Amino acid sequence: MTESLEDFGKEIDAALPGAVLGQSVVLNQLTLDIAPGDILRTLKFLRDDSRCAFAVLIDICGVDWPQRAKRFDVVYHLLSLTQNRRIRLKVQTDEESPVPSAVSLFPAANWFERETFDMYGITFADHPDLRRLLTDYGFSGYPLRKDFPLTGYVEVRYDEEVKRVVYQPVELVQEFRDFDFMSPWEGARYVLPGDEKASKGGG
Amino acid sequence: MADVLGDQRMTMNWGPQHPAAHGVLRLVMELDGEIVTRIDPHIGLLHRGTEKLIEHKTYMQALPYFDRLDYVAPMNQEHAFSLAVEKLLGLEVPPRGQYIRVLFSEIGRLLSHLLNVTTQALDVGALTPPLWGFEEREKLMIFYERASGARLHANYFRTGGVHQDIPAGLSEDIYEFCEHFPKVLDDIEGLLTNNRIFKQRNVDIGIVSREEAEAWGFSGVMLRSAGLAWDLRRAQPYECYSDLDFQIPVGKNGDCYDRYLMRMEEMRQSNLIMKQCLDKMPTGPVSSADHKVVPPKRGEMKRSMEALIHHFKLFTEGYHVPEGEVYAAIEAPKGEFGVYLVSDGSNKPYRCKIRPPSYAHLQAIDFLCRGHMLADVSAVLGSLDIVFGEIDR
Repeated sequence: MTESLEDFGKEIDAALPGAVLGQSVVLNQLTLDIAPGDILRTLKFLRDDSRCAFAVLIDICGVDWPQRAKRFDVVYHLLSLTQNRRIRLKVQTDEESPVPSAVSLFPAANWFERETFDMYGITFADHPDLRRLLTDYGFSGYPLRKDFPLTGYVEVRYDEEVKRVVYQPVELVQEFRDFDFMSPWEGARYVLPGDEKASKGGG
Repeated sequence: MADVLGDQRMTMNWGPQHPAAHGVLRLVMELDGEIVTRIDPHIGLLHRGTEKLIEHKTYMQALPYFDRLDYVAPMNQEHAFSLAVEKLLGLEVPPRGQYIRVLFSEIGRLLSHLLNVTTQALDVGALTPPLWGFEEREKLMIFYERASGARLHANYFRTGGVHQDIPAGLSEDIYEFCEHFPKVLDDIEGLLTNNRIFKQRNVDIGIVSREEAEAWGFSGVMLRSAGLAWDLRRAQPYECYSDLDFQIPVGKNGDCYDRYLMRMEEMRQSNLIMKQCLDKMPTGPVSSADHKVVPPKRGEMKRSMEALIHHFKLFTEGYHVPEGEVYAAIEAPKGEFGVYLVSDGSNKPYRCKIRPPSYAHLQAIDFLCRGHMLADVSAVLGSLDIVFGEIDR
């Protein structure tokens, strides 16, 4: 435990040639970027190697970065009970390319991968049962993608005439208002009307 | 027998409106006679899109969603989110704030375990424990109310500390509660621990080994019941847990009965922690003095222009959190409750993944119940300690 997280990351890199694309230690947490093809090899090494012993898969989740070519990150959090250490692995992927499923190594990966598929549409190759998990039966779309509207596309209500619950397109009395709270003095990157004149050669 | 009656296999739908489901759980069970051969849980009936909503709210507005996850111990969830934001901001919580947080986290643990232990007893046929346990829960919720103004959805653990100091007289009342609470635990134990029916229904049911517990991502009581002494309060201490003296009960057999015994002992330990917190409670501020993050008090706003500006800015724009990502976890009553927070430097979380402990526990139900009798399913469900607020999010 005396070695620093940087050294520990380098050790993993040396043990898995070619798998670790990058690593960083931020806020005392080690993150490794892994190539999608090498993720199972890496997880297996991290689980079985006695210096790592990351036997507990804490979480798998997705993050959406729509402006990137490979828009999704799949983030794995692992915990070692014997070494008292945590590690984060990241794999980049897009809508089409599947990520190898970790269910064969960690049975706990099953629902975490199903949820990631449900929320982002990231597919996992060789997953035994890749069905939707949290969303409604018959739901379409991937709600946690950044281009999915907060209000969704359909709403449900009980119809008195047909005596059952019916689905219909969302009707908003008022458009959902996402207030831009950015202050023009800090953080905001937009140009206010008229501001373009100021930058044109000092009036 | 099977030859006489022919094939006894059938598929049974259980829930989602079943009193022993602890919420809205639907199980599609395949049975061979009365033996469970496969369980397919259908969850998500309480899905509210919490993570999506949080992405559209400022950090301060996101906090109340955490009360609504595991609604039997609301403040513990707020704690994880507050810790994550504080790590990103590099904010320190003053000692009194830390002690108040720990005090209320342990009250949350009592709330959760009281509900779980007594409803586990209810699931296997005992009606009295819930009546006794809920009486104590009521008192604890009144403590919540006196500190935060709300019995359940407290919104009390704010970034940088807690919202306000506890009112005068509350410490004494909590201390008095702690004095008599072990007696209530004795009473409940008197009803259950050596009860023949309770033991028949729980001993050797839903056994988990160390390796299985690790592989299935268990945490909290579920992990410790298999003999692993792992508690985040001890292993990766946060707040002032390292200054407090408490024991961590560890199970031997990994069955439902062990988990019941451990929860009872954890309540006694929480009681001790609460007493220590009250004894050691330092004086001073309860939240950070950084008014770029922590809103100023009402009284200050009446006199100070700067406080008024801070208040206005914080409640419209909110505060900006530096770019980065962090994972913060706490030992919630049910296990490791984690928040993975990604910030893009703006006033709203870019991504907030909630890692609920019961989610990992519930997905193991197929593995836990295979080969058990149908009636054992409700015993196992009771000992898993699941709450759908956090599973479905």
